[in-house]
Amino acid sequence: MKYRENLIQIGLLLTALSTIAILFLIALFILHEGLPIILKVGIKGFICGSHWSPQQGHFGIFPMIIGTVWITIGALLVSLPLSLSCAIYLSEFSTTKVRAVLKPVIELLAGIPSVVYGFIGMVVLFPMVRNYFGGTGPCILSAAIILGIMILPTITSIAIDSLQAVPYSFREGSLSLGATRWQTIRMVILPAAKSGILSGIILGVGRAVGETMAVIMIAGNSVIIPGSFLDPVRTLTANIALEMNYATGDHRQALFATGIVLFIAIIILNIIANTIARRGVEK
Amino acid sequence: MLKPIFYEQVMKRILFIGTAITVFILFFIILYILKNGLPVVDLEFLLSSPKDFGRAGGIFPCIVGTIVLTLVAIIIATPLGVGTAIYLREYTREGRLTSIIRFGTECLAGIPSIIFGLFGFVLFVVYLGFGWSILSGGLTMTFMILPTIIRTSEEAIKSVPASYREVSLSLGATKWQTIIKVVLPSALPGIVTGIILGVARSIEETAVVIFTAGSVLRIPTSLFDSCRTMSVHFYILAREGISMENAYGTAAILIITILLINMFAYWLMHRLMAKYS
Repeated sequence: MKYRENLIQIGLLLTALSTIAILFLIALFILHEGLPIILKVGIKGFICGSHWSPQQGHFGIFPMIIGTVWITIGALLVSLPLSLSCAIYLSEFSTTKVRAVLKPVIELLAGIPSVVYGFIGMVVLFPMVRNYFGGTGPCILSAAIILGIMILPTITSIAIDSLQAVPYSFREGSLSLGATRWQTIRMVILPAAKSGILSGIILGVGRAVGETMAVIMIAGNSVIIPGSFLDPVRTLTANIALEMNYATGDHRQALFATGIVLFIAIIILNIIANTIARRGVEK
Repeated sequence: MLKPIFYEQVMKRILFIGTAITVFILFFIILYILKNGLPVVDLEFLLSSPKDFGRAGGIFPCIVGTIVLTLVAIIIATPLGVGTAIYLREYTREGRLTSIIRFGTECLAGIPSIIFGLFGFVLFVVYLGFGWSILSGGLTMTFMILPTIIRTSEEAIKSVPASYREVSLSLGATKWQTIIKVVLPSALPGIVTGIILGVARSIEETAVVIFTAGSVLRIPTSLFDSCRTMSVHFYILAREGISMENAYGTAAILIITILLINMFAYWLMHRLMAKYS
């Protein structure tokens, strides 16, 4: 009996280690496929090179990095005002009943497939952008708006949880000292919930950086360093997805190398989110 | 200088407007797709094969493809995920090992789907020689939904009161007997929730499926056949402008499926929480 129990425990330990194993496998395979070309071109040449024409042997992904960064910043600009006001309103001003209904509804929307968001961008947003700003439609602005909407549920939901996690006594203490509710929110609750909200925002950034299908459909995919927010750009993810079908040799390695850059960026974001969240818990 | 109480009123209005816009946008997307898509959908659309690359006909092979691919992923991911959750909750104390495993899970959850796609492509399609197939797609999808299943199962196991275990152990049951006969049955709704969320995730996914399962528009007959899921079909219809009408129809089916799945999961979780709190 004892023997069997031990066997089960070891089996479960191995199962639990599977996530780590998978993470390692992924890193290993991506590195194995992509590292040779980075070494060949040089890290600096690969990351800072602004010339991408695989047929001629030029592998510089700088335009894609810039594209990803601009779209992500834009998405945050669209998303933060909405998601934060939504979270603060639902957590601090609305009735419990309204919150109980709206929070799951907003979370439900995290489940809409990204291709559907991309499609909405094509059929609804493109004509609007054309009418009000000019251009053809696919551009940084369109991508930022759609991605901003896509990360709304992630940020809102985590922010509500962090605000709700602030002990009720904090609110009572502040209100009993004569502070208004807004003063309480601004000076007591938001500072207390800061770390949770921040890690939620970083997870949102991660989602925006990693999004592929929606971005392909609405960002325009030109390999240029954008001059304005109406220029089409290509992101790192789009670069991989668009060319993987027909890439061979060095070209294919370069796409895997793009994956390495993306992978490292996401791991760093996760470490930051993790550290911030843990520091918040310790406090 | 504004009076604080007036200032509060202003801020409250602004926050309310922000909330209203958010809710409006999200509802708009769903209603827009349903309004344009539902008129296309009928039994014929669901049960007939596409003709002319999807310009006419229905989406039956894509529905089959979606179901089979999801099943493969769920069948492999469930034991792995639930096993991990049991280990983390029942067999260890919080320490270095658990925090490493948790961090690994978080990272896995954050990895962009395109990376999973690349990985699945190299490992399953090329190295192991499975080709673009349901098996490659399902295995890759397993890794993607694993974090979801681990997290929800952990929550569910955590919510089972300690007294349940104490009673079982004091009656002479072993630890494993306690877990199988007492803890897991009580945590079942929560675990099922995790599995359902995993199903939703694998239905939504597009990039990974294109890279690992391909996009052949046929009813698959074996695990080594390529298949096309609804998301992929929708993407191809919309992006290549094959048929906007059928794209809307497919999107409507996708959204209804996802919403129903998520609502069911939410309802289950809610019931579990009500039971133990």
